[in-house]
Amino acid sequence: MAVVGSTGGSRRVEAAAGSRWAPLPAWRGLLRALLFALLAAGSCQGNSVERKIYIPLNKTAPCVRLLNATHQIGCQSSINGDTGVIHVVEKEEDLNWVLADGPHPPYMILLDGNLFNRRVMLQLKGTSRVSGLAVAIAKPSPPQGFSPGLKCPNSGFGVYSKDYGPQFAHCNSTVWNPVGSGLSYEDFDFPIFLLEDANETQVIKQCYQDHNVPHDGSGPEYPLCAMQLFSHMHAVTSTVTCMRRSSIQSTFSLNPEVVCDPLLDYNVWSTLQPINSSGKVDPEKEVIIVATRIDSHSFFWNVAPGAESAVSSFVTHLAAAEALHKVSDVHLLQRNIMFTFFQGETFDYIGSSRMVYDMEKDKFPLRLDNIHSFVELNQVALRNDSVLWMHTDPVSRRNESIQTQVKNLLEILSNSSVGGKVTLQEVGFSQPLPPSSFQRFLRARHIPGVVLTDHRTSFQNRYYQSMYDTPENIRMEYPEGLSPEETLEYVTNTAKVSRMLYGFLIKMNNSWFQSIIKPDIKVILGDVPQHYVAVSSPVNTTYLVQYVLANLTGTVVNLTKEECLNPEKTPHTEKEMYEYAWVQGSLDPNSTTRVPYCVRSTVRLSKALSPAFELREWGSTEYSTWTESRWKEIRARIFLVASKELEIITLVVGIAILIFSLLATYFINAKADVLFSIPRDPGAAAY
Amino acid sequence: KKPPPAPGCGFAAPGAALVLSFPHRAFFWLVSLLLASLIWFVSVHLSDQEDSKLQYGLLVFGAAVSVLLQEVFRFAYFKLLKKADEGLAMISEDGRSPISLKQMAYVSGLSFGIISGVFSVINILADSIGPGIVGIHGDSPYYFITSAFLTMALVFLHTFWGVIFFDACEKRRYWCLGLVVASHLVTSGLTFLNPWYEASLVPIYIITVCMGVWAFFTAGGSFRNVLKCLSCKASRPQRSR
Repeated sequence: MAVVGSTGGSRRVEAAAGSRWAPLPAWRGLLRALLFALLAAGSCQGNSVERKIYIPLNKTAPCVRLLNATHQIGCQSSINGDTGVIHVVEKEEDLNWVLADGPHPPYMILLDGNLFNRRVMLQLKGTSRVSGLAVAIAKPSPPQGFSPGLKCPNSGFGVYSKDYGPQFAHCNSTVWNPVGSGLSYEDFDFPIFLLEDANETQVIKQCYQDHNVPHDGSGPEYPLCAMQLFSHMHAVTSTVTCMRRSSIQSTFSLNPEVVCDPLLDYNVWSTLQPINSSGKVDPEKEVIIVATRIDSHSFFWNVAPGAESAVSSFVTHLAAAEALHKVSDVHLLQRNIMFTFFQGETFDYIGSSRMVYDMEKDKFPLRLDNIHSFVELNQVALRNDSVLWMHTDPVSRRNESIQTQVKNLLEILSNSSVGGKVTLQEVGFSQPLPPSSFQRFLRARHIPGVVLTDHRTSFQNRYYQSMYDTPENIRMEYPEGLSPEETLEYVTNTAKVSRMLYGFLIKMNNSWFQSIIKPDIKVILGDVPQHYVAVSSPVNTTYLVQYVLANLTGTVVNLTKEECLNPEKTPHTEKEMYEYAWVQGSLDPNSTTRVPYCVRSTVRLSKALSPAFELREWGSTEYSTWTESRWKEIRARIFLVASKELEIITLVVGIAILIFSLLATYFINAKADVLFSIPRDPGAAAY
Repeated sequence: KKPPPAPGCGFAAPGAALVLSFPHRAFFWLVSLLLASLIWFVSVHLSDQEDSKLQYGLLVFGAAVSVLLQEVFRFAYFKLLKKADEGLAMISEDGRSPISLKQMAYVSGLSFGIISGVFSVINILADSIGPGIVGIHGDSPYYFITSAFLTMALVFLHTFWGVIFFDACEKRRYWCLGLVVASHLVTSGLTFLNPWYEASLVPIYIITVCMGVWAFFTAGGSFRNVLKCLSCKASRPQRSR
């Protein structure tokens, strides 16, 4: 008895003495184990619980933020993504649920492509009940046309201003893009994504049907189907602000956080007769410049099929360059011809303004004096009755000498088309030039020139700079059931043009392109070709135009790989006149190896970065100042959300159980000696 | 002379026992889980991965192996503690170990339960931080709350099993041992009935309550003690300090 008492007493003393500090080792160990387990679990992504909760949407394209000297355009999401209950809007009446009636704002709208227009978007912009938008691409394309570009593209950066042809400035006389809604140039504060895969759109609609459809006018019940979009952009306000912040970071920080990048790439140019690229060409040597643009844009990032606005013109240009090079006595021509492919023209003429700037500052082998005349190809695919229209600048033609030269040029062009499949007709004095790279050259010097297009007044292209400017827009159709190889070789008129159209519009990763590129950059050829200028250069389009031009206009020379890659060490290569490229060659049908060879051509790249960034004039109104914001992650996913009530109940129940268990443990601990009185004889306590 | 009172109080064993018991016990459980998962992993890779029935069967097999391994390691730990206890008893001044085996049993069961609970629930907790709940593929939307209750039951169960197990090993009552292992297997098997939560959670809680009562009596409690405790509390509230 005494032993029991003393043992019990010592336990009580221990209990009294130890309650302060004994829990510490226990909690420390527990904390360590918990931390370790948390770290282990947190680093395990894609585990099965996450797969039970979320369905990721993989085939999406975001709308990103672009900035110029004064404004920001595009979309922005919160840093941890925007979440909202899904609502499918297929007709205008569905919008009322989102804007007024729905009881669970904010909503994430799944918009049918046909409703993606300015009126609907401005309604959504003005409300706080919308947390994001997912647009399902409309198949077929909206018949009334869709263009998120401006009605007057590049209006302040062309040649017409209040000092030069004010009656033509800002589309006072001709509205070039009447379908244009200007949506791309609006600023939205919620994320907008494009759903490119119809299967994913169907999954979202199915989730909506299962959980979110309102019954009898009252709200649907929790759990509801929701979507989360991540597209947080780092740059704000304007190029001036973001470049200033980036330069401060780059100057002072050890780990600089650049927030935006200027849009830049390379122009591709080549001359018919070789010229010395490191020196300067004599002022007496005259050059005719043939120009096209090679880029396009749409509302969504890196979605820019640009079939009519860009590809049609530069493929025609490439074919013309090939044809001219095949003429036997080119070296006898009095004037040289320069084939130029400008990049970045969609964004206030980045490429052409840079080339004019380089020519003025003597950084380019040619000068403005060397230019005899200018021919530009702009949107040539949608011809009515096979007529191509010739546009000229009426203001510069008031000068007599320019007028004579222009008339001469127009006459030569219309005469050359007699008897051919295409007729060329003049447009007349009352019309200005359409938006074209020629306008930038005119700003610097009055050069006689002509712009060839398929439209007389406003664009024939009803999908200018939109995601619907696809091969179907230029009536390019292939019969069903052809393999990629067969589609590549499917000849409609001339073989090379078809192959180029296929490569630049349908599938870049085809066997012909593979055979004409460098051996180490095979991986750049993705799937569907997009022609956005982007910020990392050169983009696929520039690269491929360069190599296609080299293949079509260059000659194969018998040099080894070493000699080809280092032409300065090899005699008789005339390094200044020519460029040498080592291409990987075509694949033999029986073997898996390629036979590479060396191509000599006059194709070169020239940097297409707006002079505003060279001069560090970020607020310039003279040159393009477009930049693209940086971002960390862009993704989208759908899942179910529970009601706030359930969440609060769960939390309250958990806290209540915690408090109860703590209290119970405390009391049991305090009464342990009474509750668990250990009998002296262990056997007696057995039950 | 009595040995200096080791820091400790009734509900957490004296420091030495705690150092011996908690993280090491948890470590033993982790090792058992590692071995069981190795066995399951090897068996999955040796089998046909496309056959879903076979994979389900392997999962059941893996769970059973895990249960048995946990009990084996619990027994191994019991042996280890017994040796430590004897060692401590030898070097102590009055020939008795300062730590009671019952306290060791309780702490070992508790730490076992905590680490098992943590491992069950931490993954689910990490995913519950996001905005979504389980259910888009048709699973029950009460997944999180039922997992929490299941984990709580599991922690309690391991604690009670620890107490009963050690006592049974001490007194060599092997039918008690067998019953503990069997109830563990039954509990593990019942979780395969999820998401039919009525059929899995309710029986598991019934088992928990039964095990709790059994552990209470094994640890030396009795109905009379409970009444004495409640009446003490009612009459002399200062005693709880």
